[in-house]
Amino acid sequence: MKMTGAQIVCESLVKEGVEVIFGLPGGAVIPLYDTLPHYPQLRHVLVRHEQGAAHAADGYARVTGKVGVCFATSGPGATNLVTGIANAFLDSSPVVAITGQVARSFIGKDAFQETDITGITLPITKHNYLVMDVDVLATVIKQAFHLARTGRPGPVVIDIPRDIFMERTEFHYPDKVELPGYKPTLQGHPTQIKKAAKLLNEAERPLIIAGRGVNISRAYAELKQLAETAQIPVVTTLLGIGCFPESHVLSYGMVGMHGMVYANLAVNNADVILAVGMRFDDRVTGKISAFAPHARIIHIDIDPAEIGKNVRVDVPIVGDVKMVLQALNKLISPTTHTEWIRQLDAWRRERPSTEIRDSDSLLPQYVIRKIYEITKGEAIIVTGVGQHQMWAAQHYTYNKPNTLVSSGGLGAMGFGLPGALGAKVGCPDSIVWCIDGDGSFQMTIQELATIVQEQLAIKIAIINNGYLGMVRQWQELFYKGRYVATPLYCPDFVKIAEGYCLPGLRVERREEVVPAIEQAMAHPGPFLIDFKVEPEESVYPMIPPGATIAEILEEPKQKAKAISDSTKLRVSNI
Amino acid sequence: MGSTNPMKHTLVALVEDKPGVLTRMASLFRRRGFNIESIAVGHSELPSLSRMTIVVNGSANILEQVRKQLSKVVDVVKVIDVTGDNITVRELALIKVRATSATRSEIIEIADIFRANIVDVATDSLTIEITGDEDKVNSLLNLLRSFGIKEVARTGCIAMLRGSTTRAEEKKAKAADQGQGLV
Ligand SMILES: Cc1cc2nc3c(=O)[nH]c(=O)nc-3n(C[C@H](O)[C@H](O)[C@H](O)COP(=O)(O)OP(=O)(O)OC[C@H]3O[C@@H](n4cnc5c(N)ncnc54)[C@H](O)[C@@H]3O)c2cc1C
Ligand SMILES: Cc1ncc(C[n+]2csc(CCOP(=O)(O)OP(=O)(O)O)c2C)c(N)n1
Ligand SMILES: [Mg+2]
Repeated sequence: MKMTGAQIVCESLVKEGVEVIFGLPGGAVIPLYDTLPHYPQLRHVLVRHEQGAAHAADGYARVTGKVGVCFATSGPGATNLVTGIANAFLDSSPVVAITGQVARSFIGKDAFQETDITGITLPITKHNYLVMDVDVLATVIKQAFHLARTGRPGPVVIDIPRDIFMERTEFHYPDKVELPGYKPTLQGHPTQIKKAAKLLNEAERPLIIAGRGVNISRAYAELKQLAETAQIPVVTTLLGIGCFPESHVLSYGMVGMHGMVYANLAVNNADVILAVGMRFDDRVTGKISAFAPHARIIHIDIDPAEIGKNVRVDVPIVGDVKMVLQALNKLISPTTHTEWIRQLDAWRRERPSTEIRDSDSLLPQYVIRKIYEITKGEAIIVTGVGQHQMWAAQHYTYNKPNTLVSSGGLGAMGFGLPGALGAKVGCPDSIVWCIDGDGSFQMTIQELATIVQEQLAIKIAIINNGYLGMVRQWQELFYKGRYVATPLYCPDFVKIAEGYCLPGLRVERREEVVPAIEQAMAHPGPFLIDFKVEPEESVYPMIPPGATIAEILEEPKQKAKAISDSTKLRVSNI
Repeated sequence: MGSTNPMKHTLVALVEDKPGVLTRMASLFRRRGFNIESIAVGHSELPSLSRMTIVVNGSANILEQVRKQLSKVVDVVKVIDVTGDNITVRELALIKVRATSATRSEIIEIADIFRANIVDVATDSLTIEITGDEDKVNSLLNLLRSFGIKEVARTGCIAMLRGSTTRAEEKKAKAADQGQGLV
C-alpha cells in the first residue's frame, strides 16, 4: 500500500513498539502531527520546550530500557533539542529524535527555520540521518532504532524534510538491518575471561566497580552472583547506583569525588579491580596517576574505545556485561576475603561519610533521608545537577536498578523536571520524586505545565539554598569565598505551583519535613515542596578535582585547609 | 600505554560511501586540534565501499584512541594504523615549473631520473607528473626549486599493506578491537 512519509514514520514507530512521543510541533512537522491522530497507540506528550522533550525521552529510556522518542520542528525546535541529545549521548541513553527539516529544494539556502541539525548533532549522536528520499525512510527508521538500543546505546537523530512527509511510496518495513560498519562485540574473548577469572580467584583484596553498563545490560543477577560467590565488595559509580542493592552487606556505596571515604579507600587499597560497564570518568578517578595504585585492573566494556582510554588496564574484555559475567561466573571459585571485608567495615565505622550532624537548621541531607524513609526506598529519584544531586545520591539508599536517574556525563542542570516527567510516563505505577535545585529547577520550570496537563503524579522537592550551590561550594573552597554570580534570586515557588495549578508547600523547619512529605505522598496528583534549606551547606566527602584520596575533605572544619595551594583548582568544569 | 612522542601516522580505513562519513571522521581529529596532513579517498574493490588513507601527526597512544573512535563511526567498516608496517605508499603530484629554452632540457633530464612524466608544455613552463612515496616527491620538488616552482598539487598518500592484504587487515583490526593491541 502507498503511504505518505508521515504515515511511514508513524507505522514504523508502531512497528518498533513505541508507545509515547515527547514533542512540540512547528511548520516543518505539521504534516507529521496531522497524521498522529490516526495512530491512537502513539501517545503524544506535549512539552513546553524541546529540551524538555529530549530529556523526557531520555528519562523514559533510562527507567524502561526502551528507546525514548521525541519530535521537534526544524530550526529552533531542533536546536532546542541539542542539550538533551548531548545528555543522552554522554550517558549512553537510547533516544531517537525525529526533526522536521525545510523542504528539499530549500536545503542549503538558509531558508526560514533551516538549521543543519545533522551537522550540529554530529559529535553528540551515535549516528544521524538526513533523509533525502522517501524510499529509504523506513530503512532509516529501522536502523536508527537498532543503533539507539544495541551495543553501547545512544541518541540517533533523523532529520526529515517537510516535503518527504507528504510524498507517497510503497511502505515496507525491513525485518533486518544491514550495517556493515556496525557489529558490536557481545561475547567476551574466552582467553581474556580466563585471565580475569585467574586474577580474581587469586586476589586478596578484590573490588568490583560497577557502572551504568550493568544497568544497561540488566546484569544484576550475574553481578550479584559473582560478588556473593567470591565475596567481593562492590562499589558503584553515580550512574551505576542501584545496579547492586545498596543495603547488601557487600555494598560499599558510591566512589569518586563525592563518593564514600571507605569506597575510595577500597579502590586505593584493592589488589584486583573488576570494572564493569563504567568508563573511569575523571569524577571517579581523581588524579589518574594515583588511581588504584596497587590494583591490577580488569575492564569489561562493550565499547573498545573505552578500554585503556583513561587508566591502564591489565585485562581488557570487550563485550556485553551480562554475557561476559555469565562466562566469568563459571570460572569463579567460592571463596572469602574476611580480612579485607573486615578492613572495609572498619573504615566505614570510622569514617561513615553520610552521617547527618545534629542541627536546628533545615539540612538538605535530612530532607533527602526523610524522603527515603517515607518512600521506603521504593521511589524513582530524578535529580537536577549540583549539590542536591550529590546529596540525593548519598542519602537515599537505592536497592533497585535504575531508581536514580541523573545527568552524569553532561551534568545538565534542567534535566530534573523533564527527566522525571519521562520517568513517570515510563513507570506510571512507580512513585517518582524529582529532587531538584533552585537553580536547576528554573532552567526547565515550564514543564510544570506539561506535568499538570498530563496529570502526572510527580512529587517535586526543591532543595532551595538560594545559591547555585555547587559552584558556591567551589568558590568557598578554592576561590577564597568570593561568591561571584552564585547567590540566586528565586521566585516564590509555592506561588509558581499555584500558578500552574498544582498544590505546593513551603518547608522551613525540621519538624515540618515529615508531615509535608507525607502530605505530598497522600495527594493523588503532582505536588511541590519548596524546602528552604541551610544556604551554605556543602557536600562532603569531597576529593578536590585532580586530587587524591589523601586530600579528601570530610568535615566542614577542614574547609580552610582546602584553600591551601596544594589543592588549588586544576582546570576543570563543574 | 604506548609512546607519547608525536610522529607521523598512516591510517587506512574502509568506509561506506555515504554523505557525512568524511565529516564524522575529520571531526574526531578536529576536536583534538589535530591537523590532518593528508586524506585521500576513492572507490575500493568492493561496491559501495571506499578506501581512505589518512596521514596525521600525533602520539601513538592518542592516535590509537582516535583510531578506536573512528572505528565506532557507524559508516566506518574498519580502520587500521599501518604505521611501521610493511606497506606500499604512493602519492601523485603535479608540479608546474618555470622553464626557459636554456633550462628546459635540464628539467626534462631531472624528471627522467625520477621516472616522472612531462604532461604539459608551455612557452615558459613545464608540468611534471610524479608518482612515488612522499620522500621521492619531496626530493624532486627540492631539485626543481631553483628553476622556480609556479604551482604544486598533491593527492596525499594512499597506502596498502603488502601481501595478502585483506586478510592481514582483518586480523589487525580484530586484534586491536579486542583490546589486545593496548595492554
Ligand atoms: C556534579 C557532579 C558530580 C559527580 N560526582 C561523581 C562522583 O563522585 N562519583 C561518580 O561515580 N560519578 C560522579 N559524577 C558522574 C560522572 O560525571 C559520570 O557521569 C559517571 O561517573 C559515569 O558513570 P559510568 O561510567 O558508570 O556510566 P557511563 O558514563 O554511562 O558509562 C557506561 C559505560 O558502560 C559501557 N556499557 C554500556 N552498555 C554496556 C553493556 N551492555 N555491556 C558492557 N558495557 C556497557 C559504556 O560503553 C560505557 O563505557 C558526577 C556528576 C556530576 C554532574
Ligand atoms: C546547564 C548548566 N549550566 C551550568 C552548570 C554549572 N553548574 C553545576 S552545578 C551548578 C549549580 C546548580 O545550582 P542548583 O540547581 O541550585 O543546585 P545546588 O548545587 O544549589 O544544589 C551550576 C551552575 C551546569 N552544570 N549546567
Ligand atoms: Mg541551589
